[in-house]
Amino acid sequence: MADVSTLNATGAALDAVRTELASGPRGKKPRKVLSRRNVMIYGILGLAALYYLLPLYVMVVTSLKGMPEVRLGNIFSPPVEITFEPWVKAWAEACTGLNCDGLSRGFWNSVRILVPSVIVSIAVASVSGYALANWRFKGSELFFSVLIIGAFIPYQVMIYPLVIILREIGIYGSLTGLVIVHTIFGMPILTLLFRNYFAGLPEELFKAARIDGAGFWQIYGRIMLPMSLPIFVVAIIIQVTGIWNDFLFGVVFTRPDTYPMTVQLNNIVNSVQGVKEYNVNMAATLLTGAVPLIVYFVSGRLFVRGIAAGAVKG
Amino acid sequence: MPHPMPQQSGVSKPMPKSSGRPNQLFRNLNSKIALTPMILVAAVVFFGGTIWTVIYSFTNSRLLPRASFVGLDQYERLWASSRWIISIQNLMIYGILSLIFSLVVGFVLAALMDQKIRFESAFRTIFLYPFALSFIVTGLVWQWILNPEFGVQGIVRSLGWTSFTFDPLYNPDIVIYGILIAGLWQGTGLVMCLMLAGLRGIDEDIWKASRVDGIPMWRTYIFVVIPMMRPVFITTLVLIGSGIVKLYDLVVAQTSGGPGNASEVPAKYVYDYMFQAQNLGQGFAASTMMLLTVAIVIVPWAYLEFGGKKRG
Repeated sequence: MADVSTLNATGAALDAVRTELASGPRGKKPRKVLSRRNVMIYGILGLAALYYLLPLYVMVVTSLKGMPEVRLGNIFSPPVEITFEPWVKAWAEACTGLNCDGLSRGFWNSVRILVPSVIVSIAVASVSGYALANWRFKGSELFFSVLIIGAFIPYQVMIYPLVIILREIGIYGSLTGLVIVHTIFGMPILTLLFRNYFAGLPEELFKAARIDGAGFWQIYGRIMLPMSLPIFVVAIIIQVTGIWNDFLFGVVFTRPDTYPMTVQLNNIVNSVQGVKEYNVNMAATLLTGAVPLIVYFVSGRLFVRGIAAGAVKG
Repeated sequence: MPHPMPQQSGVSKPMPKSSGRPNQLFRNLNSKIALTPMILVAAVVFFGGTIWTVIYSFTNSRLLPRASFVGLDQYERLWASSRWIISIQNLMIYGILSLIFSLVVGFVLAALMDQKIRFESAFRTIFLYPFALSFIVTGLVWQWILNPEFGVQGIVRSLGWTSFTFDPLYNPDIVIYGILIAGLWQGTGLVMCLMLAGLRGIDEDIWKASRVDGIPMWRTYIFVVIPMMRPVFITTLVLIGSGIVKLYDLVVAQTSGGPGNASEVPAKYVYDYMFQAQNLGQGFAASTMMLLTVAIVIVPWAYLEFGGKKRG
């Protein structure tokens, strides 16, 4: 086997030399644009892209139709008469149970949950990561390992003990409680992210600061923080999309009047009473998906970096 | 990784060992304070919480947790419940198919993207955007597309093929495949991205060598490149695997477990028994089974990955 392939290789090499020597055209062989290979590659990729884009298209199209048109036409046809009424209705009038003030309530609830959760979880995790990378002590790595293993444990296993703990402290069902829950479950992946990043920074910086007499918090605030903007952006992306998209914690740890947007959306669309208004439902779905989508399209490559690190959480 | 600790303590305070280090607890105090939240989370919530749930799965707690132990009763009841059996079957079907499909589709897309194509970033953006959306949004969109009256089935019928039937969300036998379609739509972009990163990590010389040897491209992929990408595949497998066990929101949004209980999954069983049926014991037993499932996937992997390194 090996001999044959060596022979082949030598043959190929000789051929290559021969063509080099002959004074023919130089440079790469120009590729045909419409080769069979290209048609196949772009064909498959194009079809796949269609499959991925289809639901987004259907959402947009449906949300712009009036209900009579939805009932008559098919879901793929573009709207004959564009109307923004479903959007208005989804935002301000759609009903969940007795409340008929639309998704706006869920949106603001989600914002109120999102902002403190993102800030607290990233603050705690970045300090932890920094301590783990630069100020180890006996046992710190052990607890870190437990934390990482914990990332794989299904939430359902830990959720009830957490309910009891929060109830004992007296913050079960409150916003503070949910912020703590998001901080806890965001901790493994974020701490890992920050630990690895800080460990990758040149050690000399840390040592120089130590020699100059800087302490734990000074080094963190003056040296590490200014140097780690990119990783903070990645962490923010992970947390914003993750917390916005959360459903389970929202259901378990909040009360109906503070339900986040995802929970409220599900209640609106899957409510059994009343006539189903598909266009309003799709507008509501798009509204809920808008925040992570905007984050995604704005952040681009950083998002990819974030999910490669954050996928453990999902 | 920097290990600055030992040197520093050596530089700053070269005290003799015999003096007993009176301030052992207070050494590095700031770091200990900073890590208190992490230690609490790891020890109390992750470790303590898990142990607590496992212990209480052996009790007959109903509305409130009670420490009256009944042995394996809850587990017997669990495995006698048809709803749990359906949940497990659904999870198996969904899990195996979603592993196979997302790996195959993800790899094929990544391999195509790796052919120095144009518009690569546009394609990547398109394939990955569903991953930014929540399972709730995903489930609701696909509920609409698979709606038998207005969705795919309705359209094919209106084209003249009136006997065409495709109503996965209303047919108990195939409902889990309807959920699978949505799940794959949401998740394959991520697999594609991981695979693409893996492919980019393959040395260009490998490709040159195989081209010189005249090996067809598909054979190079199967016999050379894929074995070289083993770590990427394992990481992806663990990621998808641990995500599958958590499957919950998608089912809630798309079918709410129906029709009947044909699309129930274990995570939903746990939630319903803990927070709605007020049968905590069942919820704890079911969640312990989920933990066991994850352990079966994770422990061998962790052993291979981290146990192996220690041995050298």
